[in-house]
Amino acid sequence: MSSVAFVLIAVLTLAAALAAATLQKLMHATLSFALTFVGVAALFFLLGAEFVGLVLVFVYIGAVAVLVVFTILLTRRDVGKDRGVNWGGAFLAVAMFGGLTWAILKTQSVAIAAPHIRALTVRRIGEALMTSYVWPLQCVGLLLTAALIGALVLVMEEKR
Amino acid sequence: MTSTLQVVLIVSAALFSTGLLAALSRRHAIFILIGIEMMLGAANLNFIAFWRFSPQSQPPTGIMIAIFSIAIAAAEAAVGLALVIAVYRHYRTTNVDHLDQLKG
Amino acid sequence: MSRWIIDHLWLIPAVPFAASLAILSLPNGRHKGAAALAIAGQIAALVLSFFAFLSTLQVSGFRAVQNFTWFTFGDHALRLGWVLDPLAAVMLMMITLVGLCIFIFSTGYMAGDRNFVRFFAYLSFFSGAMLGLVLSNSLLLLFICWELVGLASYLLIGFWIERPSAASAAKKAFITTRIGDMGLFLGLLWLYGRSGTLLFYDGGNGCLESAGLAMLGASAMSIALLIFCGAVGKSGQFPLHVWLPDAMEGPTPVSALIHAATMVAAGVFLVARVYPIFSLGAIDGVTSSLTVVVWIGVTTALMAALIAIAQADIKRILAYSTVSQLGLMMVSLGVGGVAAGMMHLLAHGFFKALLFLGAGSVIHGCHHEQDIRKMGGLRRLMPVTFATYAIGMMALSGVPLFFSGGWTKEEILHVTEHWPASRLPYYFLLAGVVLTALYMTRQIIYVFFGDRRSASRHAHESPRVMTMPLIVLSSCAILFSIVLTPAWPWLYGYLTNEPVHLEFARLIQPTLFLSLVLVGAGVAVGIWMYRKAGTKDRQRPADTDPLEFAQPQLFRFLENKMWIDELYARTVIAFSWMSARLSDWMDRHFWDRLVRGVGAIGQLFGTFTASVDERGINPGVDETTVGTRGLGRLMSAAHSGQIQTYLAVIAIGALALLLFYAWLA
Repeated sequence: MSSVAFVLIAVLTLAAALAAATLQKLMHATLSFALTFVGVAALFFLLGAEFVGLVLVFVYIGAVAVLVVFTILLTRRDVGKDRGVNWGGAFLAVAMFGGLTWAILKTQSVAIAAPHIRALTVRRIGEALMTSYVWPLQCVGLLLTAALIGALVLVMEEKR
Repeated sequence: MTSTLQVVLIVSAALFSTGLLAALSRRHAIFILIGIEMMLGAANLNFIAFWRFSPQSQPPTGIMIAIFSIAIAAAEAAVGLALVIAVYRHYRTTNVDHLDQLKG
Repeated sequence: MSRWIIDHLWLIPAVPFAASLAILSLPNGRHKGAAALAIAGQIAALVLSFFAFLSTLQVSGFRAVQNFTWFTFGDHALRLGWVLDPLAAVMLMMITLVGLCIFIFSTGYMAGDRNFVRFFAYLSFFSGAMLGLVLSNSLLLLFICWELVGLASYLLIGFWIERPSAASAAKKAFITTRIGDMGLFLGLLWLYGRSGTLLFYDGGNGCLESAGLAMLGASAMSIALLIFCGAVGKSGQFPLHVWLPDAMEGPTPVSALIHAATMVAAGVFLVARVYPIFSLGAIDGVTSSLTVVVWIGVTTALMAALIAIAQADIKRILAYSTVSQLGLMMVSLGVGGVAAGMMHLLAHGFFKALLFLGAGSVIHGCHHEQDIRKMGGLRRLMPVTFATYAIGMMALSGVPLFFSGGWTKEEILHVTEHWPASRLPYYFLLAGVVLTALYMTRQIIYVFFGDRRSASRHAHESPRVMTMPLIVLSSCAILFSIVLTPAWPWLYGYLTNEPVHLEFARLIQPTLFLSLVLVGAGVAVGIWMYRKAGTKDRQRPADTDPLEFAQPQLFRFLENKMWIDELYARTVIAFSWMSARLSDWMDRHFWDRLVRGVGAIGQLFGTFTASVDERGINPGVDETTVGTRGLGRLMSAAHSGQIQTYLAVIAIGALALLLFYAWLA
């Protein structure tokens, strides 16, 4: 794959993520969050999992980010004062990154070149979903139903 | 020289760390969820990367996992957001510093 | 029939026992019922004894044994048994017959007594125990009945419980015989240890049969002497004779039954029963144990006869006479004349009971006066009593021909004369015969002859219920001599299992003349000395005994029973008192303090433990609790309630795990 595109997209993603983590204005942070996932989806495309990337776009940006916007709008009253930079958290995040990187670089088994693969068609994914993964599919359906109902219950007005 | 897989993994690690940072350092409850979503996204990236660089299997296991992971993340986000709204309604605040009823 | 009675020998003692229990269940006022039960029981025992006696006549050398096991322990079994042989049979007849006469007499004598019912219960109990003693085939069973008889004696001597003298006499009797019984028990244990059995006859294995005797060896003498201790106590031999005269505190029928005819005879019976042990290893019929028996008997016979001369109580004279006669019987057994001694025992049972009952009749007639110096001239006032008493006196003195006592005494003198070891007992016995005649004559003269003194002024003959037994017994005393004469020594042959034939020539023997002479001399001296007894004679005042006037010091010595009681009081009793006081002191001051000391140690331990608990353990536990709480508080501080803190901690943990895993790989 093209390394330039890859680098660009990677940088974009990371910058957006950083913005989402640190921006003070909530709306801006939320939109950065959505942008992050655009970048991640692009990475997926680069890696050859187009379907998953699209799913990512639909779900995360189309649903989750919108939900987050709505929630921020609904819970606007308390803004609170600025907490200041959380040095502990920053340190931990850097440590986490450092540790992960060290582990990755240390591991020899991931030092491999990209093999040639055949294209991942939706057909293949559909077949897999309906045959080998039919049970997880059903379970996820159940889970989503439960989540839907649960969320509704949680936010229902207690007007009895 | 690092291979592409390693690079992708490093990117995903960075994304994970940023998600962690977001979860730890924001005071609005929503942003903990945002951080968790970012961490989940990083994990998905990992899965896809490994799928890409591994011998292909029929069915494509990595893809499957990623898909299910996204679905579950969505459900979890919905419930989490509902929770935040419920908490806001009751305590009139989303500042996690004030949500310490479980202290003890 | 004989089979049945042999199989049911236990009925003979059981019937009076049962009668005793039945009487005890009666309320206190039922005199007629109590008397009826007791007499019925005694008649039943008499009938059964008669049948038993008859069955022993069938075969010569009869001996039937009925053994049973009482209990087993480990490999051993404790066996008891009943035996029926001539020795037991004659005793049975005498006890039941004399007992019956005395029971009937008592209904009259004790008529006015409040505790009539209790009296007859005790009498029946005694009767059962005595019969059991006579029939027992085991030294242990004999000992059990021996003790029961002693218990009955205690209860009956102290019958008039409101009299302190009676209570202390009962106690004295029991304790003195106890000393003898200790010897008997030790002998019993030793015998059991040596021969392994206490059964007398057990098909060849009994301790009196050759197999058992062979196991005794040299210990036979000691065992015999220990058993003799029991006989000494029970039969009132010297030195344990002191209880018998005091036992006269009991009612007169009791004295007649127990202390004349039966219980005191148990000692003599015991010696006769275990005679094979005494005579084991005899040389010429002499062994060391038998020699001891002879000398103790001689001492007793002479000593008691001497004391009897100086006594003023009618019953005391008879009591000492009993002691003397028992000594005589012991001498007879000791020199080898077992049959002679037993015959005298039987005859003595009859005429001594007769004499005691006669004395009871006299006492009753003189309104419970017992001092002979206050009586006199009762010959005309109480003729039946006088006649029977005279018969009894003549039997006791040993007037031969018609009176059973004469024949038996003659027989005893005969065997004593031929004792190889020494002639001294023979001479002493001759003196005893004279003394016996002397004191009996004295008594008769004081009581029945002469002027009526204070008590006999208002005397009257006793009722028929009391005189009938007297007549019966006196008839027995005379009739008994039929089987005793040497002309036809049926009883002798029966007891010794020898053939018997009638031979008048044997009547004429030197001993017969000798005893006639001696008795005559005694009576003559007695009449001469005491013809003016009770009346004033020259310088002698009326109430002074002629002998006392003549020899005051001798009289004083004899009157005070040779000071033996006082000697015992100063030595044995004083010693007992001292040991009792010492034990009390030890117990109070030494053992008590010791026990309390041990208790104090326990208390100390308890206090120590308590303080350890209080000071050590409690604070320790408290501190632990506080520490746990502090730790808990500390740990709960980690729960800040801040979500992001929790998340941070999780992240740290995950990182650490990751690094560790990576480092491992």
